[in-house]
Amino acid sequence: MSSPTHAHHPAYVKIWAVLVVLLMVSVLGPLTGIRWLMLLLAFGIAVVKAYLVAKNFMHVNIEQRWIAYLLIVSLALIVVLFAGVAPDVMKHRGLHWENRAAQQAVEAGAHAAGPAHE
Amino acid sequence: MSSKPIATSRSAAGLPTARLVTWWVIASEIFIFGGLLASYVMHRLGHPEWAAQAAHTHTWAGALNTFVLLTSSLFAVLAHKAADSGDGARAARFLRLTALGGTTFLCIKAFEWTHEIEAGFVLSSGGFWSFYYTAAGLHGLHVLAGVIIMLFFAADAARNEELQRVECIGIYWHFVDIIWIFLFPLLYIAR
Repeated sequence: MSSPTHAHHPAYVKIWAVLVVLLMVSVLGPLTGIRWLMLLLAFGIAVVKAYLVAKNFMHVNIEQRWIAYLLIVSLALIVVLFAGVAPDVMKHRGLHWENRAAQQAVEAGAHAAGPAHE
Repeated sequence: MSSKPIATSRSAAGLPTARLVTWWVIASEIFIFGGLLASYVMHRLGHPEWAAQAAHTHTWAGALNTFVLLTSSLFAVLAHKAADSGDGARAARFLRLTALGGTTFLCIKAFEWTHEIEAGFVLSSGGFWSFYYTAAGLHGLHVLAGVIIMLFFAADAARNEELQRVECIGIYWHFVDIIWIFLFPLLYIAR
């Protein structure tokens, strides 16, 4: 059986070139010295690169529609996992509990790293 | 008259069985890597001091590996294009180039890990390094598995046999590439 992509192959080398340029931009991001810009560039570009690979190399855009739904639902469940667990992991103190080991680890790590990370 | 309907011409849910299985594998992999990366992100946000540990990773080695995987993904999709046109020999050549990319990735990773272990950063050196070795190691195992499977499929493709497999291993390989696309900023750039 032929694939749905038969006779529908975009200019792969051009897409690869765009991916490489995006990679270079994300690597140069830290050189700006601006933390929020570096993070925005790094993760924003990662999302764009993943989209380009999924669409053009994996051909999700011309695959059966439910495949895209399957992938979206899988990712959405990861977001649910994150939302459910993250508050207890990211915060080290709650209304009726305290994670002293984590607090001490943060304090010790910040002290060892110096003023830049405190 | 013999025929080979299994996984080649048989269609379930509107797409060939082999490709259907590949997508289900990828959906399950999303939970494996998604759970691991979500866990890393929440711990990282709760431990700002990990930024100092992340500063010890080799950004340029990670960037070079990203370039290698992106290029190997290009070869994988060119192999698919060749298989689509019925040119098994050309598809096999591109699959072998993809496998070469995967092997190069693993060699760079081995170089990187050697330097980090020699510098004293091992699995038990702290939370950041636990996640670093687990996530990169699990990804590396997927790269290794992909390389081995790809070489078997290339041998078949060279004889113009089982060409539908070329697309399936390509989809898997692009997924492995996407995982690295997110691991790179998480482990190497965010400091």
